[in-house]
Order: sequence, then structure tokens, then C-alpha cells
Amino acid sequence: MNKILSKEYFSEKVVKFVVEAPQIAKARRAGHFVMVRVGKKGERIPLTIADADVERGTITLVVQRTGVSSSKLCALELGDYITDLVGPLGQATRVENFGTVVCACGGVGTAPMLPIVTAMKKAGNKVITVLAARTKDLVILEEQMRENSDEIIVMTDDGSYGTKGLVTDGLETVLKREKVDLCMTIGPAIMMKFVSLLTKKYNVPTIASLNTIMVDGTGMCGACRVTVGGKTKFVCVDGPEFDAHQVDFDEMLMRLGGYREQEREAMERSSSKS
Amino acid sequence: MTGRNEQWRIDLRAKIKAKERTNTIRVKMPELDPVYRGKVRDEEVNLGLTAELAMQEAQRCLDCAKPTCMEGCPVSISIPDFIKRIEVGEFLEAAKVLKRTSALPAVCGRVCPQERQCEAHCIHLKMKKEPVAIGHLERFVADYERESGQISVPEVQPPNGIKIAVVGSGPAGLSFAGDMVKMGYEVHVFEALHEIGGVLKYGIPEFRLPNDVVDVEIDNLRAMGVKFFKNTIIGKTITIKELEEADFKGIFVASGAGLPRFMNIKGENLVGIMSSNEYLTRVNLMDAASDDSDTPVYKGKKVAVIGGGNTAMDSIRTALRLGAEKAMIVYRRTEKEMPARAEEVKHAKEEGIEFLMLHNPIEYIGDEFGRVTHMVLQAMELGEPDASGRRSPIPIEGKTRTVEVDEVIVSIGVSPNPLIAQSTPQLETTKWGTLVVNQETMQSSSMPKVFAGGDIVRGGATVILAMGDGRRAAKSMDEWIRGKS
Ligand SMILES: Cc1cc2nc3c(=O)[nH]c(=O)nc-3n(C[C@H](O)[C@H](O)[C@H](O)COP(=O)(O)OP(=O)(O)OC[C@H]3O[C@@H](n4cnc5c(N)ncnc54)[C@H](O)[C@@H]3O)c2cc1C
Ligand code: FES
Repeated sequence: MNKILSKEYFSEKVVKFVVEAPQIAKARRAGHFVMVRVGKKGERIPLTIADADVERGTITLVVQRTGVSSSKLCALELGDYITDLVGPLGQATRVENFGTVVCACGGVGTAPMLPIVTAMKKAGNKVITVLAARTKDLVILEEQMRENSDEIIVMTDDGSYGTKGLVTDGLETVLKREKVDLCMTIGPAIMMKFVSLLTKKYNVPTIASLNTIMVDGTGMCGACRVTVGGKTKFVCVDGPEFDAHQVDFDEMLMRLGGYREQEREAMERSSSKS
Repeated sequence: MTGRNEQWRIDLRAKIKAKERTNTIRVKMPELDPVYRGKVRDEEVNLGLTAELAMQEAQRCLDCAKPTCMEGCPVSISIPDFIKRIEVGEFLEAAKVLKRTSALPAVCGRVCPQERQCEAHCIHLKMKKEPVAIGHLERFVADYERESGQISVPEVQPPNGIKIAVVGSGPAGLSFAGDMVKMGYEVHVFEALHEIGGVLKYGIPEFRLPNDVVDVEIDNLRAMGVKFFKNTIIGKTITIKELEEADFKGIFVASGAGLPRFMNIKGENLVGIMSSNEYLTRVNLMDAASDDSDTPVYKGKKVAVIGGGNTAMDSIRTALRLGAEKAMIVYRRTEKEMPARAEEVKHAKEEGIEFLMLHNPIEYIGDEFGRVTHMVLQAMELGEPDASGRRSPIPIEGKTRTVEVDEVIVSIGVSPNPLIAQSTPQLETTKWGTLVVNQETMQSSSMPKVFAGGDIVRGGATVILAMGDGRRAAKSMDEWIRGKS
């Protein structure tokens, strides 16, 4: 049981929680995640640790409401307890001074990108953040990203804000313009696939943080498996970050679709209840 | 308390002739009807013996001068001692005998492979009779005690102020914790998951081992003073080194063998193919088959489980209960070599599970959505016995068949969880990732404060061996700590 010490809305669908978790705060590094479960019948879902305060013994989670479980979490209020919280899990991000780093993110990948942007900046990199969303209302964390980036490029599919176009369009502008030493990407699998194809063309090393289905998050089940460089890897223990050019995104996309039917039913069930 | 030579035992032996005892037919465990039980998920298949049946079965035991059954028991339970107390109706006394050696009799009575341990050494077999149903009797006594509400909470020594850490709350960790707390240690058990119990909770299904049975044991340990910390991964949340710094004088690693193995064949990552750990965790730990659970699970109609162990049997019988119309076990050897308990195989067959022996998958085929639709099986035959004496399966050239499936559960074994070894480089491990310990004391070869037992040392083994390790480790850790001061 972990107490929620503060709750703040970044937008209607994005909530920032500060949660009591002294041991995790002490042990975590950028790129680590936690598994969270809300309620006795709740699902275990992975969430990136956005920030931590060792002194206060807290971690920060930025949650985007997408499905049943993230909605349950977002419904919790200040002073409520998260039923289960375990971590830090996964391998930490390799943070060093690479030179110029482009962080390309969109949709569900925006929140987990924030700690990476922050850490890369702190390590002395020139950080260019490409932040993509379908439309203006869905652009999140722009301020926080701006504070920690040398440059930020906002892209919307419909052109309602920033530049019209996809994340790859924004990224390509940068790739054409200057030498990039590393690209980090987090977002929907299909987006990361195209980012990866693009950076391959420009020969820019690219790290993708994969958000597969997980159950335990500790290497026990294999639900999170992906093929990287022809080998099966478990995202929760071997990842979540991998060399994007080696990841079999098509397989990952296919596996992500696996529970879609059940998820839709669950959404319908929970919305008909409320 | 022991003693075959006590007067009541001598009298009891004289009461019925040995011949009459051996000629009595072995009890049949009352069980749920196979058709009914294939449709309900949570009801235990074995109903347990009644007191009458138990006393009748206890009569079959000859109270041998040299009880060979005990040699077959990995923890040497005083088998005739408890059985004879059943014969005279002293069930609570019988429970006390069990508890001297076994920390989890209600569990072991249900899940031990008795036909390969105690019962395999029963004198009746020499006379071509069925062995005494030792497992059923063990279960009866443990259940009787639990249901009587008169569980004897063992005596606990006054606190000695010494802190001990346990990593993992499976049978090894639980039995170790019980023994240490009895000796007055302050025991902290750290568990990675959100439930205490290890495989007993997330792996073995309710229809074989009800959670209530396990919870009673855990509550008992709590009552004795053991402190449990869930959601704490040693090696991640807290390192072994930090435990040492926090003044834990001894650390018992019982983290199990939680890492599922796959075969690395074509198509194995298709949707609908998963490890038995994933499948059973979803159903048992996350209760995914219930409507009100947020965790989803496939409810395949044509399900194949690859493997022949207990995990394979649990998986396929779970699939049947979740509505599979066709449920089959695919195993590369023959039924004789299957490592599963005999009773599980029997139950599975009664429930209509198909057994496809001498076949091994070599490829999976999927549809345009990446969902598995078929498996290609290679026919096998048994070759010459290898070094271990087991006849190894070899493929029959060119002989394959393709079988329609919509769900495949891979149950070909597990490896040790590497989290602790990875974060504690000083710990010596084997090339299989198991921890190296002294086989007698269970003490680590490289870090004297660390002891280990159960599957993390043995690879996938059994509940009783894990429990035995826990008890031995407790004894030797206590001696080691006292020897130092
Ligand atoms: C489905 C299934 C059916 C089985 N059926 C039988 C049977 O019928 N009979 C039989 O005798 N045996 C059976 N077994 C085997 C038996 O369950 C195991 O041998 C036994 O549970 C091993 O006990 P253990 O205490 O070593 O480990 P486990 O029971 O595996 O417990 C280890 C615990 O440690 C936790 N852990 C792991 N790493 C960490 C960490 N770093 N920090 C904190 N906690 C950690 C795990 O989450 C787990 O809860 C079965 C196994 C399975 C999977
Ligand atoms: S989520 Fe279970 S192994 Fe990764």
C-alpha cells in the first residue's frame, strides 16, 4: 500500500502523482519502471518512474488515461493508497554525454520520455525533443519538455497546433539539418517502427523503449517477449530499452493486438457500471 | 512421543493379524465427478477421506520394525507414528507427529509425488498389494486439525533480537521462516509478488490446492511473529548488500525457479502461445477467468499444452475448466517418462484430456492477425538410455503432422530467477544459474551469511524438497550464528 501525496492534472487525461515509496525512490534510475495494481481485482500495469525524491522518499508517476487500469489509477485522489506498487524494474537507461540526442515521442510514450529527456539534458547533451500528438488537445507535457530540452518541435496530425505532420516528419527535419548522435523513441509500436526505419536510413543509432503487454514485470511469465536481433527477449528484465534497428516491430504489433477483444469488453463492462 | 515399543502400539499391532491388514483393499479417495468438475474452476477434485475411511486405511499399515516408507520420504516423516495414531482415532496427536518434521503437511499431502517417494517403499508392494495411502492419510490429519479449529501454534522461544531475512515466500521460505521464528529469531520475509505463497499460490490451481489451505499456514506463521513484506524484490528494491548493512545476520534465498523456458522454434511468439507460468499466473494470481477481474486470459477452444510435468497437467486441466472443447497434452516421450504425479495424470484422463505422446512441436502457424492456428508436430521414438538412464526421444525422419489449435501453453520447464545473482556478483552460481551451496548446511560457498534452498538451488524440483531445504538451512544457520557469538 503506497500513499498518494499529491495529484496534479497536466490535462484532462494526464495525471501526475507523487507517491510514497522510499525504497524505490532510493534504488531507481532513469528508465526504470514500476508495476502498479489498483484494487483487489486490478491488473498489474507497468508505469515508468518519472522522477524520484530520495529525501522525501517519494516517486513521481505520470499516468495517461487509456484503458480500464489507468482509469482506475487516475480516479484515485490525494491521500488514497495504491494497492500494490513494486519496483524499480527493468534496466536503467544508459545516460551519458552522447552529443546531440533527439527524443521522439508521441501518444502513450510522452510521459515515460520525460525522465529520459531530463536525464539526457543533465548529462550535458544537446536535447531536441519531438513531441507528437493527433491534435492540439492531446499535446501533453509540453512545458515540462521545453524546460529540459534545447529545442522542442511539436507536431500534430491535423495541424491544429505546432507543425502539421507526424513525429517522423519532425524528426526528419532535424536529421536533415544536423548531425544527431542518438535517437530515443517511445510511443505506439507503429510510431517507433517508422522512427526506426527513418533513423536507419540516416544511420543514427536509436533506442526504443518498448511497451509490451506485461503480467508480473519480473521475468516470470514471458508475456512481454519480443524478438530483438533474431532472439527472444523479455522486455521487463532485458529491457525496456533496445536497439530499435534490431527490434521486430511487426511481431510486437501483432502481439500487442492479442488481447484487444478482451480489453474492449472490459472497457464496456466498466463503463456500463459507472 | 515416538516408540513402536510403547505398550499401546504393541497391543494395537496384536489386535489385527498382519495378513488381514494386507488383505484389506486400499481406500479410494472420494472425488468430484469428472464431468461436473471439468466445468467448475474452483472446486477441489479430491474431497478428502472421512474419519472412518482414514481409520480403516490406517489399519492397513503393518507398523513395520524397519519402516522403509520413511526412507522414501525426503524429510523422513515418522510415518508409522502418525498412521497408528489415526488408527486409534487420535487425529490431533497424529498431526503433532507430522508437524515435528513437516512444516506444510496439508500441502504435501496434496501435492507430493507419493508414488515415487514414501508409497514406493511401502512393504505392501513387496506382497504385490497396493501401498498404504500415506499421502491421503497425511492430508486427512492436516485437514482434520485445521478444521477442528484446534491448530497447535508451536511454542516460540523468547526473542533473541537477531534479525534474519528470507527472500521468497514459497515452501522453502515459509518452512525456513517457521523454524527460525520458533528459535526466537526476528524473521522478515520479502516477496516480489503481491501475494505470499510462491508457486503454491500463483502456480498450483485451486482445484488441486485451495488457497485457504495455504493461507492458514501463512496466518500461523504471522501469529508466531514472522513479518511479511510483499512487493519487495531483493536485488531490485533492496539489494543483498543493503540487507547486510541493515543488520540482518543471515539471509536465506528461496527465490524459486521462476523463469519460463521456451523452445525457440518458428512461430513461438504468435498470439495465443504462452508459457504455463503466464497462463497459470493470469488465472490463479490475477483471477483472470472471473468476470470482475481486470486481467484478461484467452479461453481457447482447442488447447495444446507442451510438456508432461505437474505444471503441464495443471495448465491443461485449467484450460478445460475455462471451456476448452479439445484439450491435449503433447509430450515428446511416453507416458511412463512423464514427470507428473500419477494422480494428476489419472485425473486428467478421467476429465477427457487427450494424451498425444511421442510428439514434439517444431513450428507454429498463424493467421493474418498473427494468431496461432496450427502446430506442426514431429513424431518421436525413444532411443537408447542416456547417461541419466532416461531414454531420450529422437525424431522419426520425415514423420510430422499438423494439428489445429487456437491456444498453446508451453510447459517445458523453468530456470532459476536471475535477479539475485545478477545484482550480487559475489554469489557463486552454476552454469544453469542455480546458487552453489553446501548440500548439508545449505550455506553459500561464496557468501557465508547467505544460505539458499528450494528451486533456486535445485532447479525445478518439488514442494517437499524445498521444504526440507528450508528446515535444514534453518538448523545450520542457527548453529552458524550461535557459533560465531
Ligand atoms: C504449476 C506447478 C505445479 C507444481 N506441482 C507440484 C506438485 O504437484 N508437487 C510438487 O512437489 N511440486 C510441484 N511443483 C513444484 C513446486 O511448486 C516447487 O518445487 C516449489 O514451489 C519450490 O519452492 P521454492 O520455495 O523453492 O520456490 P517458489 O515456490 O517458486 O517460491 C519462490 C518465491 O520467491 C519469490 N521471489 C523470486 N525472486 C525474488 C526476489 N528477488 N525477491 C523477493 N522474492 C522473490 C517468487 O515470487 C516466489 O513467490 C509445481 C510447480 C508448478 C509451477
Ligand atoms: S512481464 Fe512477465 S516476464 Fe515480463
